[in-house]
Amino acid sequence: MTIKYTKDHEWVRAEGDVYVIGISAHAAEQLGDVVFVELPEKGKTFSQGDDMAVVESVKAASDVYAPISGEIVDANQAIVDEPAKVNEDPGDAAWFVKIKASDASEIDALMDEAAYKAFVESES
Amino acid sequence: MTMNNQGRPTRADNAASDDAPTFTGNKALQIEEALSFEFGDFAGTGVDLPEPEGTFDRLGGLNRNNDIGLPGLSEPETMRHFVRLSQKNYAIDMGPFPLGSCTMKHNPRLNEKLARLPGFADIHPLAPQSAVQGALELIDALAFWLKEMTGMPAVAMSPKAGAHGELCGMMAIKSAIEARGEGGKRVRVLAPESAHGTNPATAVQCGFKVDSIPADKTGRVDLAALKEKLGDDVAGIMVTNPNTCGLFERDIRAIADAVHDAGGYFYCDGANFNAIAGKARPGDLGVDAMHINLHKTFSTPHGGGGPGSGPTVFSEALAPFAPIPYVVSEDGQYHLIETRRAAKSEGGDDTGGGAKSFGRLTAFHGQMGMFVRALAYMMSHGIDGVRQAAEDAVLNANYVQTRLKAEMTAAFEGYCMHEALFDDRFLKDTGVETIDFAKAMIDEGYHPMTMYFPLVVHGAMLIEPTESESKRELDLFCDALLSLAKRAKAGETAVFKAAPVHAPRRRLDETAAARKPVLRWTPPSPAEAAE
Amino acid sequence: MRYLPLNDAERRQMIKTVGADVIDDLFADVPDDALNPSFDLPDHQGELGVERAFAAMAGKNRAAGAGPFFVGCGAYKHHIPATADHIIQRSEFLTAYTPYQPEIAQGTLQYLFEFQTQVAALTGMDVANASMYDGSTGCAEAALMACRVTKRNRVVVSGGLHPHYAAVTRTQLELLHSDAVVQAPVDINGSEDLASMIDDDTACVIVQTPDVFGNVRDLTPIAEAAHAKGALLVAVVTEVVSLGALKSPGEMGADIVVGEGQSIGNALNFGGPYVGLFATRQKYVRQMPGRLCGETTDAEGKRGFVLTLSTREQHIRRDKATSNICTNSGLCTLAFTVHMTLLGEAGLRRLAMLNHEAACKTADALSAIDGVEVVNNAYFNEFTVRLPKKAEDVVEALAAKGVLAGVPGGRLWPHDSETDNLLIVAATECVTDDDIEKLVSGLREAI
Repeated sequence: MTIKYTKDHEWVRAEGDVYVIGISAHAAEQLGDVVFVELPEKGKTFSQGDDMAVVESVKAASDVYAPISGEIVDANQAIVDEPAKVNEDPGDAAWFVKIKASDASEIDALMDEAAYKAFVESES
Repeated sequence: MTMNNQGRPTRADNAASDDAPTFTGNKALQIEEALSFEFGDFAGTGVDLPEPEGTFDRLGGLNRNNDIGLPGLSEPETMRHFVRLSQKNYAIDMGPFPLGSCTMKHNPRLNEKLARLPGFADIHPLAPQSAVQGALELIDALAFWLKEMTGMPAVAMSPKAGAHGELCGMMAIKSAIEARGEGGKRVRVLAPESAHGTNPATAVQCGFKVDSIPADKTGRVDLAALKEKLGDDVAGIMVTNPNTCGLFERDIRAIADAVHDAGGYFYCDGANFNAIAGKARPGDLGVDAMHINLHKTFSTPHGGGGPGSGPTVFSEALAPFAPIPYVVSEDGQYHLIETRRAAKSEGGDDTGGGAKSFGRLTAFHGQMGMFVRALAYMMSHGIDGVRQAAEDAVLNANYVQTRLKAEMTAAFEGYCMHEALFDDRFLKDTGVETIDFAKAMIDEGYHPMTMYFPLVVHGAMLIEPTESESKRELDLFCDALLSLAKRAKAGETAVFKAAPVHAPRRRLDETAAARKPVLRWTPPSPAEAAE
Repeated sequence: MRYLPLNDAERRQMIKTVGADVIDDLFADVPDDALNPSFDLPDHQGELGVERAFAAMAGKNRAAGAGPFFVGCGAYKHHIPATADHIIQRSEFLTAYTPYQPEIAQGTLQYLFEFQTQVAALTGMDVANASMYDGSTGCAEAALMACRVTKRNRVVVSGGLHPHYAAVTRTQLELLHSDAVVQAPVDINGSEDLASMIDDDTACVIVQTPDVFGNVRDLTPIAEAAHAKGALLVAVVTEVVSLGALKSPGEMGADIVVGEGQSIGNALNFGGPYVGLFATRQKYVRQMPGRLCGETTDAEGKRGFVLTLSTREQHIRRDKATSNICTNSGLCTLAFTVHMTLLGEAGLRRLAMLNHEAACKTADALSAIDGVEVVNNAYFNEFTVRLPKKAEDVVEALAAKGVLAGVPGGRLWPHDSETDNLLIVAATECVTDDDIEKLVSGLREAI
């Protein structure tokens, strides 16, 4: 399945029956050097749009919102230990959490890559 | 003649001046200094205290029986340590410190002298009131100046800093709303996008939600947009005036009227009161509460980050909710009202605190040491001098704005108040960013201006020269900045990226500091120590 | 006007340069009828006149150093080395701003780093911030922080906590939740049962040691009780010199330690400016309010210091900041650091013992008076006596004789008659045998 984006710059990708979530390369670049990541504990549930995680650079702190509703089944300790990874590989190795969706149809409303790219351009 | 064979050369040799490193790492007057923990004697001390008799122990068996780990330095070592450290700091006494919205003006030494009189410095906050009548008199006198200068009927003296004054003001608003039975309903506070970060943080600390008001094209509150956001769920607005773009809010009265009509209160952030002190009174403009930074407008020293002092003035509507304690005078006697009950039993009229007071903000009566300094400044300047200071501050800022416009881009058209705001359009395509420009100022011997604030202007550079600069200093400052702007446009990008090169340190790695925070010295492990 | 460098000719020339005719053209945005109002305030005057006015006011106050002095309760009369007051008046410290440009503020940053290390060591904690406004506001901030850490919103306040600290904490917390503060009754001899007041909603317990009556308290049992319920222990120390003699709160299990640092390097100043100490465990550092200084390197690899973790602060976080605080007690922090550097551990321990001795001697002398009873078992440099009459009257009678005897219970608990006859007495290294004699003879007469 393809990757989908929110207007808050999170990405979502299906992996088996769970969804992997991260932040876009554009968001990572705008933040600058990431120095801190706080992730939710496994087992916590979120509704779409809830504050789910925190990512901080020296100059900014941002909340990461849940792009879809569901339960956290995994969190990426590697980016907590080494926040720099978020700048190095935001689209892959620096995923944030894996969510077991409670309503997988929510993902349909998100943007595909081309739409997200256009959205980013329109924002700047 | 008699021969002098002590042949000391008396001319400067024009040998090449390469930047060869020195053995010590020192650069003449710039001396490297380790942490006291790295060279101090952990058994040493720099004070002479008598030997305790050792006959008493009533500590309940809770005696400390481990090492604390504090080195002690002798007096000469201590002096040298801190003097060397001091020489790594820039300060107003050395040169222009044009930090916008921070108001780095001259700190008169008379103020320091007076604050150290034993009758002020060596008196206890809980001494009997009969023993501190002069201190209460001074607080009352300063309160009178502040009320008179702002045209407001009441003032709370206890806030410890500007942000604490904001908290004081918003707490009073919260209490007033609750007293009207609208606590559950009025939950929203409006603040402009250009507001200082303390405004939203304060509102949230008082349990409000913050909604931002957009600015219009002239850098001021968009009145129409504000009116649209008002409603019966709004507790009040927080507006800085003059605002953080250095502009006076032209529609200030219309803003106040709109908020009052909607049942809200007008909190004015008084961080920039220095621009209008002696020229206009917030009380004439519809303000309900405003804090005054004594360390900005009234010259108490910034001291490398504090202590501040933030007395907060109130309108009749909010005065009954002001915090305790407060001072009242009666027949030449001064009384400190420290509890709600006392306020009632004293027959007070609730002005400035009392039965409806929202409570206590700090253990004692505020920043007395700052009160002495601020009142000394006011009495020295007089109201004529305070007015002249505001005029000079505004004139200096406009002079700088006019001169710098030759090479730099002003964020807004027209006159400014006490600070001139530039954006980074003049650096477009140079590769030089605001931060690089600021760091290059350091090499020219200046403290940078406020940068990247307010957030509403791209790459903001906010310059506040204050009234303390002479025309000669201003001209040199402008010449230096114009020269930097020209060099940036001429493609000398590398110079800017490297700057500063002449400061005690080059640019510091803030990313590393935040990723792996080292917030204290820790003793080396035995293995490291053995090396 | 001696503080203004511009002369009239320059002003005229500059007004012309900016394209105006008169200065008020620059104030055109101010409503006409609000511009240039008249004020009922005097015009400028020279140094001499100002000094006279201030000397007159200062002369109406009784300085602590002017005679026998035993007042404490959160502010203490200690000797300040001349060096400390000299260093804080150096231009480079006095007239500098917050060290936001670290390349030209290493002086401030390095002493803050040393200060943070000193405070962490004294309190027995991992990390300390660069200071708060004072101990009482630090106490309120600690309660808020405990609420953030535990995601609970109720705090239990000991009856031995300075009532002003408790009031400041209430003011702040009750804004957010009207039932946020559970206040234990006034606890004169440190025997309260706080453990039973802790439940699953408790964010923290706030306990002071030595408490406001001077009792030295073992925090270990209450720390264990708090932790068992998932709550934090906030320890409050209003007399930092006590840490030279007593077990640190960190050793006794505190999670946050707040203190008033005035005793080290800072004058009484009628209540401010003071310096709030704030320390905690490493794991809570990101929930800590206030400024923090951290170590790093510069572009040439040289060690340097910067303000760090500022994303917790209001200028970045805005409405999500840990606190609205945007200052520390800069110069007071420096005074603390210089004085502590002079003292060192050896000096601090000695100073603490001298304080303890002065208090023990004073207590012994007072308890020899008929009708006067010392209520404490264990204390440091402050203790409480029960008098046969209202302490406020006794204090006034002694003040008339030039003896400042202490803080009467009625001053701190005006609504609680149980404390009316209590007098809280502090004795520091400044107290002499002669002072004690005068206190004793004065007290004998007054009762």
